[in-house]
Amino acid sequence: MARAATTADAFNAVAEPRRRQILEVLAGGERPVGDLVTTLKLAQPLVSKHLRVLREVGLVDVRDEGRQRIYRLNGRRLKPIHDWVKPFERAWEERFERMDAVLEELKAEEGDGSDGG
Amino acid sequence: MVRMAGKGTAHVTLPTDTQILITRGFDAPPRLVYRAYTTPELIERWWSGERGEVTKAEVDLRVGGTWRYVMVANAGFEVAFHGEFREIVPDERLVNTEVFEGVPDPGEDAPVVTTTFAVAGRGTLLTQLTECGTREVRDMIIDSGMEAGMQEAMDRLEEVAISLA
Repeated sequence: MARAATTADAFNAVAEPRRRQILEVLAGGERPVGDLVTTLKLAQPLVSKHLRVLREVGLVDVRDEGRQRIYRLNGRRLKPIHDWVKPFERAWEERFERMDAVLEELKAEEGDGSDGG
Repeated sequence: MVRMAGKGTAHVTLPTDTQILITRGFDAPPRLVYRAYTTPELIERWWSGERGEVTKAEVDLRVGGTWRYVMVANAGFEVAFHGEFREIVPDERLVNTEVFEGVPDPGEDAPVVTTTFAVAGRGTLLTQLTECGTREVRDMIIDSGMEAGMQEAMDRLEEVAISLA
């Protein structure tokens, strides 16, 4: 099942490294634009441009507080991406759980897993 | 199932457009995780996960050496990967190419996988970063998980159907 290739979905919005950076910063809590500019060391117009894209696809919400515009992450919108990656993640977890069993045997062979040998 | 300290569940993130990062904690020292990861007889026991049986695991563990794994999926079809080792630091780090044999050989553009085995407490943190080259290849690799998952669901459905027959 391939994901929709529209230009205005969350997948495309997070494909841009700087937009991902913005989301990472916002994952730590809501921030005014000025803060994002300082933290990311990017020009204000560039940050604003990326924020606009993120807002259009609903990945961030904005509110006005006095003269400041405060942005926050809308985690719900990241769910389609999470859902897309999850089966791949599960496939690897199945492998790793089998590796756990192999490792328990290797440790037992070495005598209670002592690192000294 | 007993959960042990140091063990975690696999975590997948997409650091850039073209990369896939997998991390997983193990309750065993790096040299054992490295051994399980690089020894053919041991790879045979884990690489297929719950999705089939490994029928071949060949590993020529030296720079320039090649590896090839083949599994027969539960649904009967064969899945094969191969690649070449580019960097080897025993118990610590591996860099290798990884080619899925179901698509035309990408030659020089093969995805490159960097695996590190880092000490984490009494255990190991394994990180596996795949540089896919393009977003299309990255997406295809992620999609393959979904396809395999769907195949499993179909298999289960078939089992149910047979049990009802």
